[in-house]
Order: sequence, then structure tokens, then C-alpha cells
Amino acid sequence: MKYLTEYRNLEATKSYLDLIEKTVTKPWKVMEICGGQTHGLVRNGILDLLPEKVQMIHGPGCPVCVTPLNLIDKAIELLEQGVIVCSFGDMIRVPGSKKSLLEAKSNGGDLRILYSPIEAVKIARNNPDKEVVFFAVGFETTAPANALSVLHAQKEGLKNYSILVSHVLVPPAMEAILDDEFCNINAFLGAGHVCAIMGYKEYYPLAKKYKIPIVITGFEPLDLVQGIYMAVKQLEDGIHEVENQYARVVKEEGNIAAISVINQVFEIGAREWRGIGEIPDSGYVLTKQFKEFDAELKFGISNIKVPENPNCIAGEILRGIKKPNQCNQFGKLCTPSNPLGAPMVSSEGACAAYYHFSSNI
Amino acid sequence: MNKEEFGFESIQLGHGSGGSMTRDLLDKIVFKTFSNPFLDQKHDGAIVSFNNRIAISTDSFVVSPIFFKGGNIGELAVHGTVNDVAMCGAIPKYLSLAFIVEEGLKIDEFISIVNSIKKAADDSGVQIITGDTKVVERGKGDKIFINTTGFGEVNPKANISAENIKVGDKILLNGFIAQHGMAIMSEREGLEFESSIESDTTNLNYLVNDLINEYGDKIHLFRDPTRGGVASVLSEISQDIGKGVTIYEDFIPLEKQVAAACEILGLDPLYVANEGVFMVIVDDSIHKEVLNFMQKDLKGQNAAYIGEITQYHPGKVVMQSTIGGKRIVSPLIGEQLPRIC
Repeated sequence: MKYLTEYRNLEATKSYLDLIEKTVTKPWKVMEICGGQTHGLVRNGILDLLPEKVQMIHGPGCPVCVTPLNLIDKAIELLEQGVIVCSFGDMIRVPGSKKSLLEAKSNGGDLRILYSPIEAVKIARNNPDKEVVFFAVGFETTAPANALSVLHAQKEGLKNYSILVSHVLVPPAMEAILDDEFCNINAFLGAGHVCAIMGYKEYYPLAKKYKIPIVITGFEPLDLVQGIYMAVKQLEDGIHEVENQYARVVKEEGNIAAISVINQVFEIGAREWRGIGEIPDSGYVLTKQFKEFDAELKFGISNIKVPENPNCIAGEILRGIKKPNQCNQFGKLCTPSNPLGAPMVSSEGACAAYYHFSSNI
Repeated sequence: MNKEEFGFESIQLGHGSGGSMTRDLLDKIVFKTFSNPFLDQKHDGAIVSFNNRIAISTDSFVVSPIFFKGGNIGELAVHGTVNDVAMCGAIPKYLSLAFIVEEGLKIDEFISIVNSIKKAADDSGVQIITGDTKVVERGKGDKIFINTTGFGEVNPKANISAENIKVGDKILLNGFIAQHGMAIMSEREGLEFESSIESDTTNLNYLVNDLINEYGDKIHLFRDPTRGGVASVLSEISQDIGKGVTIYEDFIPLEKQVAAACEILGLDPLYVANEGVFMVIVDDSIHKEVLNFMQKDLKGQNAAYIGEITQYHPGKVVMQSTIGGKRIVSPLIGEQLPRIC
């Protein structure tokens, strides 16, 4: 349990909390980008241990939450057409416009929960008379494995495998948040796992243009408080740099092999973000060479479009404008067993984090 | 008994028809294995006598895969029900046993399950006194489902009821949590990972009965946190009694390999199923003695004090994290889902 027990150490964590307390003189708003960080903060009770002047704003980095509603409807349509749909676990309970993947499964759809898209290729190999689609959602973190599955399928000559792509990228989302007229964020905790793949060179121009500190941060309690301390220190010192708290995992240049796999299969294109709308150059699409693996084209489902639930303020939550408990439906009309929007479902969603771990202690 | 002596390699629909094939299956495998004066009557039911109040519990077992590291569905079906009866403060004595078999189940697998049931029943001190066998068409089941109902005599010294729980009572666990759920998880299609994590399936009735004999009505509640894990059971208790529960993350007994597997799969061990774990809520005055007592028993050697009943946050379970923060532990909703990254 190296890297776990040490990073959950009470004394070390306390010493950084003390440092934050001593350093902070003005109120600051720090956004943690990644939903994993949000859960780390709430699950470990860190939000209550921070000085009042440091306010954490929860960012958009929950892959399930930003996947547009129509993609879920598209996956359900595939299930109902008899396709074997493979998905990461926390996607399956997210409500589509009429139902979730889980409900579609209970109606007879062949839905498989997987940890790795490579398993989906195996399922395609073992079911040559069936079509198999992997629901390829996520940020840069899941892109290499999803891309690799396509390369494997191509190498094996599998004609019955394709992916339903909804890949989004972190830097364009940060830029969209900073350009928002309601934005009041002073610093970012960069998403550690995303940067493990991509490195952090692409954050230099952002820090410079918006004069905002960006600290690449991990997920354990000690990582989080150290990252917050580094961000607060920069703010108090009046500087705005890219720093790397998560150096035991993240290298400046990222994981070169993983990036190369991504670049073989995907190119950058416009993507729709749930609750935010379309952002140009904000995600991955399959390159021309791999279009035959695009489930949307293969099954003619690109035209499925559906409106969001008007009662759900997921967009404002994801942009950090509102906190989950500022939503009128929070814990009332919207609960994890009956969610209006994705942030209440995913284990990384801000609403679910608030509901499970911190409601009315 | 083996498949050659039985004459079939797998279970056929006819083995559930009630005719001679059924009789053959029962005589050669089921009755032969479980033979006892009640079952040997070969009647539709069994007639038994009890001297005291009796506790009854029923459970159906549908685990997949049916064989897993550390056990199989057969012993699970015995331990699960034996433990549920024991949690009532009773000494389990008899079990009913009903199979729903999917056509095509390998006879070797069936025999192996029956033998495991026999061993688990003997180890738990219970007899199989009545039962049923049905066969369903291929595709209408998942190899084999088992239902057991347990009957036990309540220990006269026991006074087990959530109503007895009061503020200050201490909560103890007999051992490591999340072993069973993670053992099953490691063998599910698409999730396979290499580990030596074994299911903790075992009978808990002897240790539970020893505790009642020793501490009587100072023991307020026993619960075994099977599906939904420790978190769900504590949430239920807290809501039922309208008092708060505080637990300490650091004190929860969790084996390193299981903790690591939970981290990798993104699962919270507090919600993972157990099959050999029980929770006991005891009067504050005896909790250290009880802990010592449990730790001297093989099935309680990793026993730990994990928290207490409090007047604060009624109806809610709050966990103090390793770093001193607090969070709500809510009941499990639906299945625990592995997360994306």
C-alpha cells in the first residue's frame, strides 16, 4: 500500500492544512478540475478542514457528467437494435431522455460493464455474428485505451467492432470556464490523471493568458492539501505559474507512447459538452482512416438529438457557477436513485459527492 | 458418487419431472449424502420438536460464478442462512434445501456442490431435513440457484433487539471486511484480475453463541453485513433506532490486498459484500472484554472496535476519515458501479 498509506497520513496532511492557514490572507476560489479530486475532498472531509478564506469550486472533470444526453440515447438505440454495447460502469445509470442504459438492459439489451475497452475487442472476436460497440467516453485519460482497442480490432481484421465516441479535452473546458462572464475562479488544481497522459506543457499558455495559477494535483488527501497550498501560495505571492504537485506520476512531456496511440486514431474536433454546449476543438473524433470504426456512422444514429431536462442545472454546476446544494432540486426531485442529471449519478459527479458524503452532517 | 455411477454427464429436464429420474437423482446423490432420520423418511416434509422459542430465516443464493476462490454456492447457501439464524441469538439446528437447476449443469459440479453443502452443514451443526429439486430449461436459470431456510432455538440468555441499543454502545466487527465481494469480483467476466483474495464464507454460529453465553443481555445486536456491506447495515440500524453512528476509518479491519483491489476497481470496501463477518453492538461497559474474547477465537482473531452509537446526527452514519475529516456514510443505492478513471 505504498503511495496510499503515506498519502493519507494524518500528521503530514495536518502540516499542510496549517501552512494554508498561515499563508492565506485574502479569500480565494480554487477550482479542482477533476471529479476524482472532488470526491477526494468530500470523502475525506477536507472541505471542512480548510480555512474559510479558501473556497473550493468543483470543476467539470467528470467524464460521465459531460457526456451529452443524446450520446446516451444513441447507446440505448444501439442496444435496442440488438448490438452488444460495452461500457464503463458509472455510465450505465445516467438517465438518457427517456431511460438509462441500465433500464434498457433490463428490457433485454445486451449491455456489458467493462474496465477495459480491450475486453470489448475480445467480446467482438468471440461473437463474430454480433455487432459490438464500446461506449468510448472520457477525457484524455481513457483515450489511449479506447484508441488501442481500435488498433487491436483493425489488426485482427474485426469488422464487427466499433466505438461510440464522446471524448473531451480538459484545456478547452478550462478556457471556456475562464471566458464565462460569471467566472470568479482564482486558481486551478489540474487533473493529475489527465496530465499523466498528456503532460502539462499545454497549460503554460493558459496560465499566462489568464494570469491564473495551475497546480497539477493528485487525488489522495495529502496530494489535495499540498496542491491547494501551492495554489494559495502562488495567489498570495501574486504569481501565476504551472506547478506539478503530482510529480511521482506526472512528467512534463506526459506519456509519449500513450499520446502516440491517441494521435494514430483520433484527431481534434468540435464536441458537445453536456450542460455547456458545443465547444470548438474540444474533443477527439476518429480520423478519416478509422471512420469504419465510428459507431455513429456505421449505424446511422448521428441524427438523434434530445433536449436537456429543464429542471437540471448541471451546466452551472460543471462551470462552477453553482454548488450542488444551491440547486432547488438537490436531494428533493433529484437523488442518486432518481437522478435528473449526470452529476448526481457518477461516482465522480459533484452532486453525488455532496449527496453521499456531506449532506447535513 | 461420480458421473459414471450416476449414468448422466449433466442434469436433464427429466431430473426435475418428479418421476423415476428425479428419484434416481435424489437417491443416488441428495438423500445418500444428507442421510439423517428426518430425511430418511422421504416424506414431503419433516416433523421436528423444539423446547424454546425458535428463530427462522430464509435466503436464496444466485451467486455467479458458482465456484469462486474460497468456496462455492453450496457452502454459501448453508453459511448464509446459518449465520442469519445465529444473528437472532439462536442456535441453528435444521435447514431446508431447495435447488433450481438449469438444464445442462454438469453432474460433477452438482455433486461437488452437494458435498460442500454436507460439509458446511456438518461443520455448522445443522441437519438438512427437507428439500426440493426443480430443473428449468437452458437459458431460464444461471446453472444453479439454491434456497435454504434455517431453524434454530433461541438461546434463553439472548436478548437481541435494536430497541436495546443506547447511546454509548460500542460497535465491533469480528474480522476483515470486503473479502467475499472482491473474491467474486475478481472472477467476473471482463473484470478478471489476478489476486489470491478468497471469499470469507464461513459459519459464525459458534462464536456468536459463545458470546451470548458469556455476556447475555449486554449484547444488544448482531448483524451480518452481507450484500450492501458494513455501510448499508450501519445506515439501516441508525435509521431504525433514530440515533447516530460514528465510525473511524482507521479502525475498520481491511486486509491490504483487498484494500488495493478496491482502490484499483474504484469500489468502497464499506459497501462490498461479506459472508463471514458479523457486527456486534454491545454495552459500553463490556466492549473491551468482548473484543478480547473474540480475538481468542479463530473466527474473531482480527476483531476490531470500529465505532459507537451517538446522540449526534440521529439517523445518520458519520465516518471520521484518517486525516480527521468527517463524511456521511449513506446506504448503497442499486449496485456499486466501477468508475471510469
